[in-house]
Amino acid sequence: MTSLFAQWNYFLVIILMMLGFYAVIARGNMVKKMVGLNIFQTSVFMLYISMGKVTSGTAPILTGDSSTVYSNPLPHVLILTAIVVGVATTAVGFALIIRIQESFGSIEDDEITEMMDDASAASEGRS
Amino acid sequence: MGFVIDATLIAFLALIAIAALRRKRLFGMVMLSGAFSLVAATLFVVLDAVDVAFTEAAVGAGISTVLALATLSLVKAEEKPHSIAIVPALLALVTGLLLSIAVSDLPEYGAADAPIHNHVAPEYIIGSEEKIGVPNVVTSVLASYRGYDTFGETVVIFTAAIAVLLIISGWTRRETEITDSTEDDHAG
Amino acid sequence: MQDDPVIRVIAKVLIPTMMLFALYVQFHGDYGPGGGFQAGVIFAAAFILNATVFGLNRGRHVWPARLNLMAIALGVLIYGGTGVATMVLGENFLSYNALSDDPMAGQHLGILLVEFGVGLTVAAVMVALFFAFAGRVSHVRLLNKTRAHEKALKEKAEDSAND
Repeated sequence: MTSLFAQWNYFLVIILMMLGFYAVIARGNMVKKMVGLNIFQTSVFMLYISMGKVTSGTAPILTGDSSTVYSNPLPHVLILTAIVVGVATTAVGFALIIRIQESFGSIEDDEITEMMDDASAASEGRS
Repeated sequence: MGFVIDATLIAFLALIAIAALRRKRLFGMVMLSGAFSLVAATLFVVLDAVDVAFTEAAVGAGISTVLALATLSLVKAEEKPHSIAIVPALLALVTGLLLSIAVSDLPEYGAADAPIHNHVAPEYIIGSEEKIGVPNVVTSVLASYRGYDTFGETVVIFTAAIAVLLIISGWTRRETEITDSTEDDHAG
Repeated sequence: MQDDPVIRVIAKVLIPTMMLFALYVQFHGDYGPGGGFQAGVIFAAAFILNATVFGLNRGRHVWPARLNLMAIALGVLIYGGTGVATMVLGENFLSYNALSDDPMAGQHLGILLVEFGVGLTVAAVMVALFFAFAGRVSHVRLLNKTRAHEKALKEKAEDSAND
């Protein structure tokens, strides 16, 4: 129980993470999957940033005072670049969704699977 | 005090996430996910990561939302009705439990003697002042100490842009016109 | 949206301010929160606001797609070029100490160049992404309109043939 209270931030972040994970695996709509992926991604960022936090520390911008305690700048650097890379890869995902909509007329997982099954059954019947 | 602020913000985030995932109209969902990013940026400020908060506010609440809205104007804006799927929910629950067990091995939140704070971080903070002369430690680590990483990230962004341009930029127009006309020929 | 005077005036005031703020974030990144990644996104947001308020065509006119493609590559080139320059000057890849006699000045110059490269690439990539998506939207709308028009013409022709 002591550890639960000493690490509350991590546990709270895991709850958020699982919400995003559920959306990714359970929902058939692809835009919703992307938003779930974004929630998942942001909670991973929070986990990293929580690890860099030092109690009674301050943001890692030097004040010139040698007694100042700074939070760890390393996770900040990793996550800073990860956010921008994240939006670039999200854009690739949305672009693929647009092309899927144009070829299948739907972005629901099960409808597309049905269409592909129908198409393969039709081609087998023809041959 | 820290616990109250963090827990409030994370509870708020969880509420926004649940509201976003329950939405059937995708427009509302995208707007809520923009709000999620904004509250996440606030949490990053509380956790001392000002640079990250800045980026999250500009990217997550700004550019991502614009791209999602552009996508929504091309696809059906409403989701098919769904009931709660039991197997994925159980899977998420079990994964969450496993992660919680793993997390309980981590050092205490905010502890100054955690291994992460005693490896290279002090060197970066001292070196940023003495060797580089840049007060913002994040900038000096990003551009100087970890210049290789940032170069890699820039190349990833470059590659993603090329991929998007190849997937949805103008090159397909002639192609669709040709297939359309051939289809018409068959029909005629 | 193009006809609303309030939005037009507000956008005209906001766009230069956003660009100025982006430059501040870019070059003040050494001393406060900020840097190439954030500045690039904010700079791109100014272009995106311009294109949403005044129309895609005018947005493309202000910043042509060909130039934008070059800017994407140029940013990566500046970053890599800085690394190669330090190698030519006899140090390791991206060891900025070689750029100047004073190691600290060399570090400052190197960080400035590298951050500028990152900012240029990120800004150009975000603008390219927006124009790719928005261009697709207007392209598909145009395609649907043409199809509907052709269909109507065909029906008209069939009707007159039946008569």
